[in-house]
Amino acid sequence: MASGANRWPSNSGGDISDEQAALLRERARFVRLETIRLISIAKVGHYSSVFSCAEIFSTLYYDTMRIRRGEPNWPERDRFLMGKGHAAVGQFPILADLDFFDRSWLDDYTRLGSPLGDHPDMRKVPGVDFSSGSIGHALSNGVGMALGGRLQKQDFNVFVLLGDGEMQEGQVWEAAISGATHRLSKLVAIVDRNGYQLDGKVDDVAAVEPLGEKWRAFGWEVHDVDGHDVVALANLLRKVKADTDREKPCCIIARTVKGKGIDYMETEPGWHLGYLAPEDEARARDMILGGAK
Amino acid sequence: MSTILHPDSWQYREINKRAPSLATLADTLIELAEAGHPVVAGAADLQYSNGLVGFARRFPERFTQFGISEQNMVSAAAGMATTGVMPYVATFASFLALLCCEQIRMDVAYCAQPVRLIGHHTGISLGFYGTSHHATEDIAIMRSIADLTVISTADGPQFAAALRASVNHPQPIYFRISRGHDPVVYANDAPFEIGKAVVHGIGNDITIIACGMAVHSAKQAMEALNGKGHSVGLIDMHTIKPLDRDAVMAAARKSRIILTVEEHNILGGLGGAVAEVLAEEGGGARLVRHGIKDEYSLIAPPSHLYRHYKLDGPGVETVAQSLLA
Repeated sequence: MASGANRWPSNSGGDISDEQAALLRERARFVRLETIRLISIAKVGHYSSVFSCAEIFSTLYYDTMRIRRGEPNWPERDRFLMGKGHAAVGQFPILADLDFFDRSWLDDYTRLGSPLGDHPDMRKVPGVDFSSGSIGHALSNGVGMALGGRLQKQDFNVFVLLGDGEMQEGQVWEAAISGATHRLSKLVAIVDRNGYQLDGKVDDVAAVEPLGEKWRAFGWEVHDVDGHDVVALANLLRKVKADTDREKPCCIIARTVKGKGIDYMETEPGWHLGYLAPEDEARARDMILGGAK
Repeated sequence: MSTILHPDSWQYREINKRAPSLATLADTLIELAEAGHPVVAGAADLQYSNGLVGFARRFPERFTQFGISEQNMVSAAAGMATTGVMPYVATFASFLALLCCEQIRMDVAYCAQPVRLIGHHTGISLGFYGTSHHATEDIAIMRSIADLTVISTADGPQFAAALRASVNHPQPIYFRISRGHDPVVYANDAPFEIGKAVVHGIGNDITIIACGMAVHSAKQAMEALNGKGHSVGLIDMHTIKPLDRDAVMAAARKSRIILTVEEHNILGGLGGAVAEVLAEEGGGARLVRHGIKDEYSLIAPPSHLYRHYKLDGPGVETVAQSLLA
């Protein structure tokens, strides 16, 4: 394959193959295993926030997005922003895997002077399209990128991964109005609807439902998908990306499970921030690898 | 139909006639865009107040109306800047510097995006619109944000010069612009350099260090007092950050008193910045800070407020005169 090209198949439309689905599942396992390894260095981290969007990460980076291995600043690349910047520990292994920076950086995750911290920093980490950490900004950043891309006559897409707790931030809805007003058809928001935030269930803390109706009312095309089903997710994202007739931005509500893949995290929302003792870490690895069977 | 507009009004649609220094914004951005700079502009429902409507008419595709969503505008401007354009976004300073402080820190300065933030109608210039529309804290907030340049220009010609200088400036910038019909201090071709103060003179008795609309008042005061036989100088510290420390120390070495004058709280603003330099460098001059003295302004038309708070020419003269006794 030519230097700089993706190693995964063309994704210009149509459904993904079984082989591609297997790759996406394998990359999602890789994200989970690397997340466990990196957090073992930091001794505290957002395991469950990554596990709910591991398939979204793998599908975007290994199927949906137009990117070039080793060229994090390629102007024509699709952009990826994270409103839930606290899931960056799951993004960094992918960026290293894409040769955006040396894999050895991962080994010093969060250590003094490391470019890699709990949240993504575009000035330090090649492949991070915009810094985040303060929840609620990213969709506005994405609105700006889509406006700039249109003005510059570039046809890249902008994917913005948002947490469902993030729906409580007012700025998200300012950006939603902007995206619809300016008909930003290249802007795609993906809501990781795992149902939990730090202080409890999202809809107990501050209710965001009916979420799909809200986005529709704000003028967005809305889709609902199982966020762990890589086939459904990849096929939907391919269709959304290939739809050149849409004159509005698109919101995908991805139904997910916080802590997906680790049974004791799935049933215990207190895992938003945590640390696995070595014996629990081994159990978690077994569960993730067991999921491969 | 013609509308009679009082000089204290801010709602002027005929901005070119009514507010020449704010009209400078659109005129200069058009000039820069026509010269090939990748200038884009954004407004948050104040395109008539800040004159960006002129830019929008000339370059509609380069203008974005965000509506009343200032935080969204700032974050979006930062996102736009990643695509190779240079966004100039403008709204009232009270909303830009205070409401959008975190977006400015996170998305503009921390991300090092070449966004130019225009905070207009600064200080108490919105008069009887009240504290929600006053900005007497913006210098203090903006100058504590790393990697952000802070500029407060005195009049239209200096604002135009600062905008022209901004296209090659490596950092994001917060511009602090008054309400648009500030008296003119400078000629159109007056030299301007970001970070280099304009020294009108160093006085043996007093050197006034001023910024923004206070420069004109301070100049009037300087001329009046020198006419009475005193030795008073003036430094226009248009760039608050990075501060021209050499200019401060030139005054500190020669003048008995340094008097800072600003349309801002005396805490944390220009007076605070000058105090930091004097304390660190050990200058011998006594420092007196004049401005809004850590309080919320009264309600009144702007010209009445400037008189009340001694920020007009006679007011600054009175303050300086009292120090000469």
